[in-house]
Amino acid sequence: MSLTTSLAAGSGGESGGDAEELRDLAQRIVTQACARGASDAECVIRTGREFSATVRLGEVENLKEAGSKSLGIRVFRGSRAASTYTSDFGWPAIEHLINSALEIATIASEDPCAGLADAADLASGEDLEALAERLALYSPRASTVTTAEGIELARRCERAALDVDPRLTNSDGGSFESAEGLKVLVTSRGFAGQYRRSFCSIAAVPIATQDGQMQRDYWYAVARDAEGLESPESVGRKAAERTLRRLGARKVPTARVPVVFDPQVAQSLLDHVYEAANGESVYRGTSFLHDQLGKPIAATRLSVVDDGRRVGGFGSAPFDGEGVATRRTPVIEQGVLANFLLNSYTARKLQRRTTGNAARGLAGNPGIGVGNFYIEPGSQSPQEIIRSIPNGLYVTEFIGSGVNIVTGDYSRGASGLWIENGELTYPVEEITVAGNLKEMLRNIAAVGNDLVFRSSSAAPTLLLEGLTVAGV
Amino acid sequence: MSSSSAQQFFRERYNLIPADLERYLAAALSRGGEFADLYFEYQSTSSLLLDESLLKSANQGISVGVGVRVISGERTGYAYTDELLPDKILHAAQTAAHIASGPALTHVVGLKDVRGAGRPGLYPMLVAPTDVEMAHKLALIRRADATARAHDARIVQVRVSYADEMRHVLIAGSDGTIAGDDQPLTRMSVSCLAREGTLSQRGSSGGGGRVSLDFFDRELTPEHLAHEAAREAVQQLHARECPAGEMEVVLGPGWPGILLHEAIGHGLEADFNRKKTSAFSGRLGERIASDKCTVVDDGTLPNRRGSLNVDDEGAPTQCTVLIERGILKGYLQDRLNSHLLGAARTGNGRRESYEHMPMPRMTNTYMLAGEDDPEAIVRSVKRGLYAVNFGGGQVDITNGKFVFSASESYLIEDGRITAPVRGATLIGDGPEVLKHVSMVGNDLRLDQGIGTCGKDGQSVPVGVGIPTIKVDRLTVGGTAQ
Repeated sequence: MSLTTSLAAGSGGESGGDAEELRDLAQRIVTQACARGASDAECVIRTGREFSATVRLGEVENLKEAGSKSLGIRVFRGSRAASTYTSDFGWPAIEHLINSALEIATIASEDPCAGLADAADLASGEDLEALAERLALYSPRASTVTTAEGIELARRCERAALDVDPRLTNSDGGSFESAEGLKVLVTSRGFAGQYRRSFCSIAAVPIATQDGQMQRDYWYAVARDAEGLESPESVGRKAAERTLRRLGARKVPTARVPVVFDPQVAQSLLDHVYEAANGESVYRGTSFLHDQLGKPIAATRLSVVDDGRRVGGFGSAPFDGEGVATRRTPVIEQGVLANFLLNSYTARKLQRRTTGNAARGLAGNPGIGVGNFYIEPGSQSPQEIIRSIPNGLYVTEFIGSGVNIVTGDYSRGASGLWIENGELTYPVEEITVAGNLKEMLRNIAAVGNDLVFRSSSAAPTLLLEGLTVAGV
Repeated sequence: MSSSSAQQFFRERYNLIPADLERYLAAALSRGGEFADLYFEYQSTSSLLLDESLLKSANQGISVGVGVRVISGERTGYAYTDELLPDKILHAAQTAAHIASGPALTHVVGLKDVRGAGRPGLYPMLVAPTDVEMAHKLALIRRADATARAHDARIVQVRVSYADEMRHVLIAGSDGTIAGDDQPLTRMSVSCLAREGTLSQRGSSGGGGRVSLDFFDRELTPEHLAHEAAREAVQQLHARECPAGEMEVVLGPGWPGILLHEAIGHGLEADFNRKKTSAFSGRLGERIASDKCTVVDDGTLPNRRGSLNVDDEGAPTQCTVLIERGILKGYLQDRLNSHLLGAARTGNGRRESYEHMPMPRMTNTYMLAGEDDPEAIVRSVKRGLYAVNFGGGQVDITNGKFVFSASESYLIEDGRITAPVRGATLIGDGPEVLKHVSMVGNDLRLDQGIGTCGKDGQSVPVGVGIPTIKVDRLTVGGTAQ
C-alpha cells in the first residue's frame, strides 16, 4: 500500500458571482471578529468539487462525485492566536465560531513574532485576477467532462496498458479524476483575494505476472483540463513498460556503488531539501541546513528553485496562504544555500523577510509550502549518465520514509534496475539505499537534461556517488 | 452506545428521522443496485501546540456531512454533501444512484438496530475530551514540556501537541441496518531536539486512544512521554553507523508491531485478495509464518486507538485470526468484498470520513505472546540489530516488499546489547519474513496509541502490538559494511 494523496477537493461549478459572495462573507466575518474584540482577524474559505471514475479490467468499478465547502477563522488578541473552522456556513454557526476563537485565544501565549503578514509584503497592489488568468490556473472545461467521457478516458488508459503484453494479466485499474477549487482569503490588514484552480488526471496501474512473481507499477498525466492531457494510450503504454521492466526482480549483494535516481525518484530528494530549508525547521534548529545559509552545501552543478509564478505550473498561485505575493526564490544556487523558505512568522523568528511560502490549512497557524519546486536541468542526457557507470544502481522507486532531517541520515527501501557496463540490465528489489543527505548533496556527480514538470515539483535524472546499497 | 443515541443526536440537530433515512435510501436505489447505505458524520476537534514553551496555536473545528453509497455487483457509486438538508441529501443519493442502471428491484427493508443489547461499549466515558476546557489540556502539555526540558541540559527544543476529536456517526443501510456510535479519540505527542557541540538529534514519543482525559493522569502521563522523547534524542546523539546487509534482527515489544501491519496486514485486506492483486492472494490455508506466529486483528480492545464498537458500515467489530501457528487463516473483510467472496464480514469496513468510500482496513493488529524470555532472545544473537522504536513503514502489496524505519536501535554483539546505531530502514518480503521468526517472547505489548494508517489517500487510526521477536534474516539498510 503506498501512501497517496487524493486530489484536493477543489470546488467548482460556481460562477464568479458566488466567488464574490464568498468574499463578502469572509469580509463580514473578519469585520465581526474585530468588532467582538479581535485585534486582527483572517478568514479563509474553500469550496470544491471532485469527480472520479475507476475502471478495472474494462468494467466500471467506482464513480464518485461531490461538492464541499469549509471556512476557517484565525483571530489575534494582541499577539495571542487561535483558530476555528466549520463546514456549516449558517450565520449562527459562524457567530459561534468567531466567539469560540476569541475565547480560546485568551489561553494562547503572547508571542512577539505572531501576527498577520506585514502590509508591505501583501500582494494587494497587484491585479490578482489578471495575474491568476496569466498563470493559467483554471480551465472552465475541467468540469465539463461528462461521466461517460470520464469513464471512457479511464477505460482507454487501462486497455492501452493491458494490450502491451500478454504478461499483463491483471490490473488495479485505470482512472480519471477531475477537481476544481476556489480559495478565498480576507484579512483585517486589508487583503482580499481569491483564485480558482482546476485539475484533470488519468492513470493506469497494470499488474504483470511471470514465474509466479507479480509486479505492479503506474503512470499518470495531469493537466488543467481533459483536453490538456497526454493521450490515455500513451499513459497506459508507459505504465505497462514500467511494470514489465520489474519482472524477474532480485536482490543484489550489499555494496557501495554509484546510484542513478530517475526523474520521479530524484523528485523525492527535493522533498528533503524542502523540509531542510523550511523556515520552521530552521528556526528550531531541527534541520541539518539550519546554520548553512550562504555556505556551499551541495555540488556546484546543483541549483534548486522555488517558483510560485510559473505560467501553467501546478504549484502556481497569485498569493500565498497569508496574502503575500508569490515569487521566484532560488534555494540552492550552484551548490550554495541561497535562501530558506519562509512565511511571515518564520521570517520574524529569523529576522528576514517572508519569501511568500505561507501555506494555510483550515485550522492553525500557516505552515510552509512550495510553489513549483525544481532542480535546474544540466547538460547530460540520461543515457550519457548511465553509460558512464561500469557497475551501479538505477533507482525507479523508493518506499518508506527513513530520512532524518536533523542529522541528514538517509535510508530508504528501493527498487530499480542494475547497471552493468553502462547498460540497464536486470531488475532489482528488496534493497535499501543509505547515506547522509549532507554528503549526498555534495556527491551529485551528474545532473540530467531531462526536466519535465508532471506536478508542482520536478527534477531531472541525477547521479549520486558514495551511497550504500544493502541487499543480501 | 446503540444507534438510539446517534439517532437522537442527528434528530435534535438536523431533524433527521427514520422515515427520512428510508426515503434517502429509496432514492439511492431508484435506478437499480442491490444495496445502498448512508453514513452521517458529525465531528468536532480541538488541538493545541506548545512550541518553545509557548502555546502558539489553539484550534477548534466542526465538520458535518453525509456520504451515500450505492452498490451494484462490483460497482460502487458514491456521493456526499456537507449540508444535511433534505434536498442536498436526495441530490447526493440520486448522484450515487447513477452507478446502477435498470429497473429498481431492491426495496428498503425496515430499519432495525444491528447491535444487540449485551455488548458493552468499548469506550464509555463520563466526560468526552472535546468537552473539557482547553486550559486543562494546556496544563497537561505544559507538564510534558517542563519534564522534557528538565530531563537533560542537552535538550534544547521541545514541541508538545495535543489533539482530540469526537465523531458521532449514524449508519443506515437498505438491508435494514441501522447503527450508530460516538467515537472519541485523543493523542498527545512530544518531540525533542538534543544538542551537544555540533551534534544534534531528535527523539519523539506519543500516545492516547479512545480515552477520557484522566487517561493522561492514570495510565500514560505527560511526564512519561516527555522522558521517552528526551531519552531517545540524547541517547541517539552518539549513535554509530548502522550496519548494512542481511542479519539477525530482534524487535522490541509494542510499536515494532508495525512489522505485522506492513508485512502481512495490508496484504490480507480482502479487496486486494478479491482482485488477486496481493502477494497473499489465494494462499488461505498455506504456511506463511513459523509455527510460533499467531497474529490477530482485534477491533474490540477497550479504549484502544484502533478499536470501534461498529465499523463504518455498521458491522460489529471482532477479533479476527489472520495467522494461526503459521497458517494463513483469514482476510479482513468489508461488506462489498465479503459479499463478492462469499465470506463473512469481519467488521473491518472503515473510512476516513463521510467524504470517503469504506474499504477493508486494519483495527489493532498484533502477534500473540510466545514462551521465550526476552533476554534469552537477545542472548541468542551473535551479531545483529535490536530495534525498539520505529518511524513509519510502507508496503507494495503486489510484490509483497515492505519497509519499516527504525528510529532507535542497537547493535547486538555476542548476545549483548552494545552501542546505539543511527536510524535505518529494514526491508523484507511479506509472505516470507515471518517464516524466519525463530523466537517469540512472553512480553506482548500493544503500542501507546500513535498509529495512523494510509491507504488510497484515506487515513484511519490503528493500533499494533508484538512481543519481543527474533527474525533470523532481514535486510538492514545501514551504511557500515
